[in-house]
Amino acid sequence: MIVKQISIFLENRRGQLAAACRALAQSGVNIATLSLADTTDFGIVRMIVDDHDKGYEVLTKAGFTVRQTDVVMVKVADRPGGMAELMERLDATGVDIEYSYAYALGSGDSAILVFRFSDNAKAEAALVA
Amino acid sequence: MHPISKPDYMPVDELRAMQLRKLQKIIPYEYERVPLFRRRCDEKGVHPRDLATLKDLARFPFMKKTDLRDEYPLGLTAAPMHDIVRFHCSSGTTGKPICIPSTQGDIDIWSEGVARCLAMYGLTADDILQVSYGYGLFTGGLGAHYGGEKLGCAVLPTGAGNTEKQIMLMQDLGVTAIACTPSYFLHLATTAEKMGVDFRRDTKLRHGIFGAEPWTNEIRAKIESIAGITAHDIYGLTEIAGPGVAGNCGRCNGLHVWEDHFYPEIIDPDTLEVLPDGEQGELVFTTLDRFGTPMIRYRTRDISRLQTGRCECGRTMRVMDRISARSDDMLIVHGVNVFPSQIETGLMKVPEVAPHYQIVLSSTDTLDLFEIKVEVVAEAFSDNIRDLEALRRRVLAAVKGIIGLTPKITLVGPGTLPRSEGKIKRVIDNRRK
Repeated sequence: MIVKQISIFLENRRGQLAAACRALAQSGVNIATLSLADTTDFGIVRMIVDDHDKGYEVLTKAGFTVRQTDVVMVKVADRPGGMAELMERLDATGVDIEYSYAYALGSGDSAILVFRFSDNAKAEAALVA
Repeated sequence: MHPISKPDYMPVDELRAMQLRKLQKIIPYEYERVPLFRRRCDEKGVHPRDLATLKDLARFPFMKKTDLRDEYPLGLTAAPMHDIVRFHCSSGTTGKPICIPSTQGDIDIWSEGVARCLAMYGLTADDILQVSYGYGLFTGGLGAHYGGEKLGCAVLPTGAGNTEKQIMLMQDLGVTAIACTPSYFLHLATTAEKMGVDFRRDTKLRHGIFGAEPWTNEIRAKIESIAGITAHDIYGLTEIAGPGVAGNCGRCNGLHVWEDHFYPEIIDPDTLEVLPDGEQGELVFTTLDRFGTPMIRYRTRDISRLQTGRCECGRTMRVMDRISARSDDMLIVHGVNVFPSQIETGLMKVPEVAPHYQIVLSSTDTLDLFEIKVEVVAEAFSDNIRDLEALRRRVLAAVKGIIGLTPKITLVGPGTLPRSEGKIKRVIDNRRK
């Protein structure tokens, strides 16, 4: 499934991430999953929230530098080989992974991963089918 | 042509004769009234009667900013308080301020200088001029104000600050010209964008009159493209009057100096010898007919050049190069001389870089740390670290190509660096002195 992700550009300064999360909380937006990518100078927070449009608006208004990106959510079997099979199917398509992180809410026998691919639609067709 | 512009075109021989005549009046006046000047002339063995030609001016002593500090507040004031009508002060960057008392005549000349600049930029009595320079001790606000009124413009004295209201008034009154620092204009532009106001579509703004800070041609191009206006350069300094000492006509790459009031020289800052027109050096001014606080051979610390040849606009007043470097601003980093304007030129070559940056110098026990914080425009923000790192490398290459040093480049989000309502402070030097 292709979903919308919010990315926030943060300077590596104490309190920045808290401020972004607080802004969302005050508007009743719940964070479904979040991943932090950082270098020594800045960080990029990528998150999926329950109300994307509202979350995007709230963060923009609060002065954050925000970007919306499409990502693909993929279910992976929670057993040895689950991930390997998925990656083999992806390799066959020639699509590259730009980044990936785990979705917080897995269930029972499967985990959910979030991917940003060089070609989301093509990857989704190969993996989700 | 507005009658106020007539002196701009004065025949050169007439101009030189007038300059000599005025010098032969102001130098004895200063010699009689200002002890510091008299003492220095005596020490050099030069007397006002030695001034027979313009060349003889080179025999007279210089004045410097430190003199104004040492003689603070009134030691260099020549006119009696009875004749003084206004004080302006400049904070300088350290220590005591400098204080420049003016007579009514001084204010008139100053206003004329600004009005002649405005007329040269193409403003007329039909223009509505918003003055967003700070008012008060700083000469920017009142200088532009009186100059605008002298030309007959409708002046809107907003001063700096209260930016959203400024944009509202600009729209409601149909403001056609604005006078402010280039950095404040960029702040106005960012605020307007947030408010959903497009300068081209929603305002009648056509002219920007910018001064009080050194700014590069790259920032000028950026301002003109953001706002759809013509960005004019106005030069001046508190010690000499304020803004309106020189301005650009738009035909040549420089600024016409109103040398019928402000006599320019270029000197070699090391040997202190006068350099011929065409050579670069430190700009020196003598106020020819300001009687409150005359400045004789005042060293501005601005690096410029007096161009040779005549401008095609027909004005006879000599053209000085734009000031992109002030010798005070020069930084020495890892033993290399660096001007902030060079860094700005490099940064502005990268389209993703917003016109907001900060140069931070600090030191550890063993070495200087040299960092440039650069705002990236919102559209350029990628959620991919690889893209941002690539952008950072491009910014570094652009700066390094000019200054030959490798600063640490830190990308920051739009709107995160401090904005200024007056003169912006782009260099933070925390190094141990």
